[in-house]
This record gives sequence, C-alpha cells and structure tokens, in this order.
Amino acid sequence: MDRRISYAQAISEALVQGMEHDPNVFIFGLGVDDYKGIFGTTREAFLKFGGTRVFDTPASENALTGIAIGAALNKKRPVLVHARNDFMFLALDQMINNAAKWKYTYAGKSTVPIVVRGIIGKGWGQGPTHSQSLQSVLAHFPGLIVAMPANACDVKGIILQSLKSDAPVVILEHRSLYDLQCHVPPERFTVPFGRARIARAGTDVTVAAVSWMAVQALKAADELSKVGISVEVIDPVTVQPLDEQTIVRSVRKTGRLIAADTSWLRCSFASEVAAIAAEKAFDYLKSPVKRIAWPECPCPVSKALEEEFYPTHEDIVRAVYELMDRKDKHVFTEKVTDTFVGPY
Amino acid sequence: MNTIRRKLLDSMFKIRCAEEKIVEVYAKEQMMRTPTHLSIGQEAVAAGLSLALREEDQIFTGHRCHAAYLTKGGDFNAFFAELCGRVTGISGGRAGSAHLTDPSAHIYSSPILGAMIPVAVGAALSFKMEGRDKVAAAIFGDAAIEEGVFSESVNFAVTKKLPVLFLCENNLYSTHSPLSVRQPPSQVYERLRAPDFKTSQVDGNDAQCVYEHLSKVIEEIRRAHMPQLVECLTYRFREHVGPLFDYDRGYRSKEEVDGWMAQCPIKRFTAKLIQEKSMTQQEIDATQARWKKLADEAYVMALNSPWPGPESLLEKVY
Ligand SMILES: Cc1ncc(C[n+]2csc(CCOP(=O)(O)OP(=O)(O)O)c2C)c(N)n1
Ligand SMILES: [Mg+2]
Repeated sequence: MDRRISYAQAISEALVQGMEHDPNVFIFGLGVDDYKGIFGTTREAFLKFGGTRVFDTPASENALTGIAIGAALNKKRPVLVHARNDFMFLALDQMINNAAKWKYTYAGKSTVPIVVRGIIGKGWGQGPTHSQSLQSVLAHFPGLIVAMPANACDVKGIILQSLKSDAPVVILEHRSLYDLQCHVPPERFTVPFGRARIARAGTDVTVAAVSWMAVQALKAADELSKVGISVEVIDPVTVQPLDEQTIVRSVRKTGRLIAADTSWLRCSFASEVAAIAAEKAFDYLKSPVKRIAWPECPCPVSKALEEEFYPTHEDIVRAVYELMDRKDKHVFTEKVTDTFVGPY
Repeated sequence: MNTIRRKLLDSMFKIRCAEEKIVEVYAKEQMMRTPTHLSIGQEAVAAGLSLALREEDQIFTGHRCHAAYLTKGGDFNAFFAELCGRVTGISGGRAGSAHLTDPSAHIYSSPILGAMIPVAVGAALSFKMEGRDKVAAAIFGDAAIEEGVFSESVNFAVTKKLPVLFLCENNLYSTHSPLSVRQPPSQVYERLRAPDFKTSQVDGNDAQCVYEHLSKVIEEIRRAHMPQLVECLTYRFREHVGPLFDYDRGYRSKEEVDGWMAQCPIKRFTAKLIQEKSMTQQEIDATQARWKKLADEAYVMALNSPWPGPESLLEKVY
C-alpha cells in the first residue's frame, strides 16, 4: 500500500517509534516542547511522552552537547535538536573534541551515542547566519556519522538507525524538504549508514547530489529525459561514511560526473566526490568532472541576490549539456517558481 | 528635562511607527523577505539607552535590533530599504532585519545569540588601550545570558576593568520558552551580581526611569572603567518573529499580554507627559503623525529603489 507522508511527519513518526521502543531515548533542545514543535517534528513525541522525555532547555548549545554526551555515557539515548544547524557552531567543541573522538581515544571501552538534529534554512531572507549547511565541517572529523537524508523514507530510517548506533550521529535536515512526501513504511525500520541510494538509474551522466540538491537533480533528470539524455542520480544519504563504491560504479558506467552540494565548494562534499572519481574512475571519464555548489560569498538576504546565490535544477541541466557537448540551449518545461508565502 | 522627555517620546514613536508599518505590510505585501523581530512594547529600553549614551559610544546587539538601530542614529530610509532588500539599504540588502549594522551610527548586530557580547568587550578593550573615554554597550535578551560566551565576556571585562555596559533586556521569554524552564527562580540581576560586578534592575517600560538610571550607570562605567549590568524588565507584545499577536498559541495567556499592553511604554509616558503638562495631546499626536508619515514615505521610497545587481554578489567577501 502506498502510504505517503511528509518529511516532517516521517521525522516525527521515527522519533515516536524510537521512544516507544527504547525508554532511554529522550529529546531536548530549544523549543522542542512548544506549540510549533520544531516545525511539527517533536510535537507528537511531546504530547505522547510528556515533559520528562521531551523538554525545553536554556540556550547553551555547547553545554547541551556535553550534557548529551554525559547522559549517553550512562545508557541514555539523547536526541538534541537545533532549529538551525548554524547554532551547532557553538557546540563544535563538544561535538568534535569530545564526541567524535570518544570511542577511539578510550579504546572502545565506552561510547557516546548521541543524535544531533540540525535544520538547514533556505530562502525568504534566512541570510548569512541562518542558511548554512555544515556537512563538510562535520564530515571532516573521523568519528561522527553525518547524515543528510533527502526524502521522508530515508529520514525515518536514518533516525531509527541512529537510535541503535554506537556512534554519535548528526542529521542535517534541509527545511525545503520538510513538506515533500513519499512512500514511508509505517513500521519501525532502519536505513543503514554508508549506503547510497540510486534515486534514478541512467546511462549518460552521473549526478551525485546531496539533500536538497538530490531533489534538484531528479528534476533535472526529468527535464533531460525529454531531450534524450539519461541521468543517473546518486544520493549518498550519509556524507560520512560515504558510499564510494556506488558512486564509482556509476561513474564507470556513465563516464561523466556532476557533484552537487548544498554548501560552498572549497573542501566540500562535491569536492570529495570529484576526488574519488579522479582516483578511482579516472580512465572511465569522458569529460572533466563538474561541481555545482554555492558561490564564494556568504548567503545574502535580498531576494535579488538570494536568487542569484542558490543553484537549482537549471544549473544541473546546463552543466549536463556542457558535459555532453551540446551547443543548443535547453528549453525548460518547468521553470523555477517560488510559491512560498512568507514568513519563513 | 523637557527636551529630554520630548526626545524620549520622539524616539519611541520613531520605533513604534516604523514597526507598525512593518506589521501593516509584512505578510500582505511580501516585500520584506527577512525574518523580523519586532520591539513593539519594548521601545523605552532602546530610547533611554541611546539618549544616555554619547554619539560615539558603540552599541552591539542581537536579532531584535530595530529599536537600537533607529534610536542610535541609524538612517530611517535605509532601514526600510534594507528590509526590502534594496541597494539603498543599510547593507545594500545583504544583511536584512536581524543584522542591522552601521559603523557611522556606531551600532552593530548579529542574530546568533550572544555573538556580539564579546565584541562589545573587545571594543571597550580598544577604548581603554587608546585612552578614550568611550563606552561599549552590549544589549541582549534574557536567553543570551545562557550562552557560555556571556559569562566568559563578563569575566574578561571585570578582570581587565573595561568600560562595558551589559544591558539585559528581559522580556521573560526566549521564543516561546518562559524564563522558569531555563533559569533558576531568582531575579536575573541578583543572580549575576558579584563582589566585583555591580548589577541593577530598572522598569524597562518607563522611558524616563531607564534614561535616568542608565545615564548614571554609564557615567560610572566611563569614570571608573568598570563594567556593570543593568536588567530592564519589559515585554514583547507580538510574536517572537513576525508581525502577529500570538496569545492564542498557548505559551502565554491573553491576560498576561493585556496586562503588559496596559503598561505600554508609550501609553504610560504620554499619560505622564499630559498629567505633568510637559506636552499637550496635540503635540503628542503631531509627533506620532510625523513618524507615521515618514514611515509611509520610507516604505514607498524603498519599493522604488533598485535591487542590488547580480554582479555585486561576489563583491567585498575578503
Ligand atoms: C546560538 C543561537 N541559538 C539559538 C538561536 C535561536 N534564537 C533566536 S532568538 C532566540 C530567543 C532569544 O531570546 P532572548 O535572548 O530572550 O531575546 P528576545 O527574543 O526575547 O528578545 C533564539 C533561541 C540563535 N539565534 N542563536
Ligand atoms: Mg527574551
């Protein structure tokens, strides 16, 4: 049976099922128990399990992360939520100097399985400090799992996997995905870390795209199918660990690669994918690799600049034309339309 | 005294009329695409502070920065243009509502909680190094003091004897969370007081009290080169971010909001002015009408201003 629910509903369902299954799971963070419940993702858990397992906190991101670590050390399963992943910058000390290194440094004698959720903002003037996407910062350091599920099914499975995992896990949830629906099995299930999803099979070009850009890649693939170009879309689901094999296999098949990111170019997921292709699929490449990422500036507020700032499916289509050496211009059937009515 | 009172009233109407204009057009016209934290109900704090500071003193603040920007001498038209994302805005439309920053008006803002508190301390450090008698004022909400950087900044400022005013604008909430779930029940200013750190509290909805108390504190800070903290008790009338009322959302009651609206800083101040015969109702109405008109004009002017050009996107990064 096709049961379609939204990304936000899937997060909520995963948290509720995880809490039903394991009484050690609790959720905390700024505003998790309020009427908005982090865009509806923690509301049901609060109503069901009450204020001892879903509770509000002071604005103390670094301490909260350390507190999560201490609780996890003692068998609790904390889920810490940040309404914007940008606020994790204040918590990087605990996330990276403590959590990421814990198991290894202390020889696996203890583990700190914390789950940290952070939302990536986009559009309507989110601006320089509320629109960033922290995957490359976080994935750089061994010991942290960094997940960026791009659809409702994966986000549910990833959350439930995180609640079983030994490792600290960061889940970056793109706000633009929140209302998108797909089929999600109603039962408790897991999606493994480090296994990419072939979101669409194709033969001409591989687009490895993360989070919101995976949605854009699928849109681009639709457009390109109308002019006879077959695109394979690979969504890594987790950026760390990264499923190199699936990417390499695809690039060897198509001979062309575009890597699309939700962040800046330098030291990025997109760059990492390009490096993997250069190392492991070089002889198969028919054209240079292309990376699609943010321009080298902070994200501005003004609508005029914000529109210029964000890459879309149109940029992916144009990049594919270039790789395929097509000189004609694509006639888009679907324009980028902003139907969002603010405020955010 | 009367000029002070007129200035305080003028400042409060400047904020109120600008923000009522935002309320009027924000959701309906969708031209201000920037998450906006209004200070309606909290005007007396910024009005009193800005008047108590000297022009060259600096303010560092957070997401709820309109009031401080407008009273510290920020440009009224550039304010509207910034919210509308136009090239004539304070930062050419790049910064939006929560990053209002203009060095020529000596005001700096960032919406990351606590982010500007140590920056104020750094400014004060430079004033001291240069032998200037300037003061740096950090304005922050009751939630920002929960960030570690607040304690670190106070410790540094006290240890190094720096001219910093720490001004906590306590409106009892952090987004939808009441103080009681975030901090112990004691009063903020009492809890933060230390042998080397003087703290005090003032009715933040009484513009004249705020002004007089801050004037005294700021001159002490300037003279003694010792930081102090002042807690201003106040209340936000509208939702945390956006233009609406929100007492139907369950986190605070209509009675509570109504109670504070009866304590509206502008209502209280105008009543006092009339009672003491400092100003007539006509003069008060004329002050309000003037700012209302200026706000209408500033908004139209903003909408008639050009957008920043795409070629400017990569300018001034480094
Ligand atoms: C580091 C950080 N954490 C969380 C937030 C989200 N946030 C923005 S405003 C706000 C509430 C702040 O409350 P307070 O300091 O009392 O100021 P008020 O909004 O009441 O004026 C929160 C939690 C943020 N901007 N930065
Ligand atoms: Mg507050």
